[in-house]
Amino acid sequence: MSKRLLIKNGHIIDPANGIDKQADLWIEDGKVVAIGGYNGIADQTIDASGKIVCPGLIDMHVHLREPGQEWKEDIESGSRAAVAGGVTSMCCMPNTGPHIDHAGIALQVINRARQVGLCNVHPIGAVTKNLDGRELTEMRELTRAGCVAFSDDGAPIWHAGVMRKALEYSATFGYMVIQHAEEKELTKGGCINEGWISTQLGVKGMPVEGEDSMISRDIMLARRAKARYHVAHISSQRGVQMVREAKAEGLKVTTEAAPHHFALTEEEVLGFNVDAKMSPPLRTEADRLAVIEGLRDGTIEVIATDHAPHHEDDKRCGLSCAAFGIVGLETMLPVSLDLVRGGVLSMSDLIAKMSCNPAKLLGLNSGTLSIGAEADVCIFDENATWTVDREKMVSKGKNTPWHGKQMTGEVTHTIKAGRVVFENGTIC
Amino acid sequence: MEALKHLFGIADLSKEQIEHLVNLGDSFIDINRRPIKKAPTLRGKTIINLFFENSTRTRTSFELAGKRLSADVINISASTSATSKGESLLDTGQTLAAMQPHVLVIRHSLAGTCEFLAEHLEHTAIVNAGDGAHEHPTQILTDLLTLKQAWGSPEGKTMTIVGDISHSRVARSHLLAAKKLGYHMRVVAPKTLLPSEVERYGCEVYHNFDEALPGSDVVYMLRIQTERLTDACAFPSIREYHEAYGLNAKRLKAAGEDCIVMHPGPMNRGVEISSDVADSLKSHILNQVEHGVAVRMAVLATLCGGHPEEKPVSKKKSSDEVKQAQGSLL
Repeated sequence: MSKRLLIKNGHIIDPANGIDKQADLWIEDGKVVAIGGYNGIADQTIDASGKIVCPGLIDMHVHLREPGQEWKEDIESGSRAAVAGGVTSMCCMPNTGPHIDHAGIALQVINRARQVGLCNVHPIGAVTKNLDGRELTEMRELTRAGCVAFSDDGAPIWHAGVMRKALEYSATFGYMVIQHAEEKELTKGGCINEGWISTQLGVKGMPVEGEDSMISRDIMLARRAKARYHVAHISSQRGVQMVREAKAEGLKVTTEAAPHHFALTEEEVLGFNVDAKMSPPLRTEADRLAVIEGLRDGTIEVIATDHAPHHEDDKRCGLSCAAFGIVGLETMLPVSLDLVRGGVLSMSDLIAKMSCNPAKLLGLNSGTLSIGAEADVCIFDENATWTVDREKMVSKGKNTPWHGKQMTGEVTHTIKAGRVVFENGTIC
Repeated sequence: MEALKHLFGIADLSKEQIEHLVNLGDSFIDINRRPIKKAPTLRGKTIINLFFENSTRTRTSFELAGKRLSADVINISASTSATSKGESLLDTGQTLAAMQPHVLVIRHSLAGTCEFLAEHLEHTAIVNAGDGAHEHPTQILTDLLTLKQAWGSPEGKTMTIVGDISHSRVARSHLLAAKKLGYHMRVVAPKTLLPSEVERYGCEVYHNFDEALPGSDVVYMLRIQTERLTDACAFPSIREYHEAYGLNAKRLKAAGEDCIVMHPGPMNRGVEISSDVADSLKSHILNQVEHGVAVRMAVLATLCGGHPEEKPVSKKKSSDEVKQAQGSLL
């Protein structure tokens, strides 16, 4: 028996297919079957009048903490947070315990996510065993298990020789290497961006050159290896410029930006705000504007959150000791909508950076509303306002810099493979 | 003038509050010189000195300040406290606060410790006795009292501060105080010991000590920690550091007749300062130590001055204004 879902009267935006119009979206047996007219009777109808209907969002950079640190987050709580934020596919980083450096753990993560059944979870495999920057993982085996790219996120591949081999080996098979670009010898002991704010607070800073020097080195190595190189959560002005130049040169260099890096600056840390501590750190206004410009001109093709849930105990110990990272899944869309309101991006271009662009980079068959595609859909009211309350966050992590802040733009429905999994604040 | 609930740093104090504390400290000098060094001001008050870093003069002067004003004073140092058993900073703070002291005096190697604890401890006044490289307000009040004794007012004078500016809470607090009270700051250090964008404090930055000396009214030497040499490659040797940035009587001549010398202690003789300066008449280093007790009496008296029932309210800084100023994205 087929089940038909009709999403009526919404403003459908599907960047992959160039669709941007008022229409009905028909879903049958978990697949998109029509946009516009369709001859049938719906079993279930969602009135999307005044709302935007787009592909379920993809967040290609999250930390789900399972296995190993389930008190911070697990695949279930992370999946729930994802659909609350309109996200139906996400890529989880391998710094779990054990690490996702062999197929067994990758399969475990994927299977657990399927059991939860709310959101696709695509693991990012480790580049090196134990994330220790020495020996390469079995990338082919990990790919067969379902890994969609490789990264030692959080433990940057500092050794230039290993990085060269990692890029060459991954390029051999067409895999993408994602680097958390940070030269740790420069950032060691630091907790926020180095500059006037770190000087005033008397804490050790992380100079922007830590990020820039590694991006610069990696681009050179990627050039020689003709490799696919992706800079995670780019945060610096010079970094964006280097990626822009690499693209112009025809290199397969791509990058992503996190909402906090285009919405906030280091000033957020004043008053020793631990919920504004992450790596790479919030930087200067010039860096923030450069990230925005990179998003505008296409240098940065993806928005990804670096969702990094932590337990309160790991944050409640003062700025220098607090863990790095903030949660992001539930605030990704409204914070990013500021780019549309600020005239930086069209709505369609914004949605592309959170759907078909990451899908294309990672070879996912999600991120579109093409006829026949799995019906992952996000419906949101771009004008609805709500206030972030850390106690009401779905994620186990309550570490958000937006606590108490008003958001404009609210996800009202999330649909996963034709099933409504989130509706008006409730996970179904 | 706003009543003081905590003392986190010079950044939170108005010019009037600073002057009030210095003047009050001035009036306490006399008690310390009497044969019977006791006043009843803080009778019935409890003060806990919680020191996570080594300290001789700051801890002793806080202790004496409390005792000479008749408070009950307890000292806890990190080595004897529960922190060595893995108790978190917050748990230690909450445990001590549960014993209902009026004031917690805290020194910690992490910047922002006092602000952090004050957020969670509602009923206890907190005094910063030095937090990482952030602030050391009572040292600056001590220095200002010393300058008051020497000159009357620091306004229009030039303080040249030399050494490890990067890791110095004393330097940061002076840079903030100078703006409020109208004295000029020159900072002198190799680039390896200067924090980023230090010039934004409104100070003059020198790398050549000899060029910074003419026109200086006070030369303020900072202690050089020898671990900077090995850990941070900040300078190649003590010998070379002393040659470039050490103060001796010969070098000091460039500063003119009336220039005085200060140091927050402890001194490394032969490193940042030579004995021919440290022990000279130009040195006000021991005056600083004496005034430290008086100024800390003023701080404790001010913070405990209210009714014991009165709950100090945390003056947590928020970055809301900053965010509002940022407004839209572009």
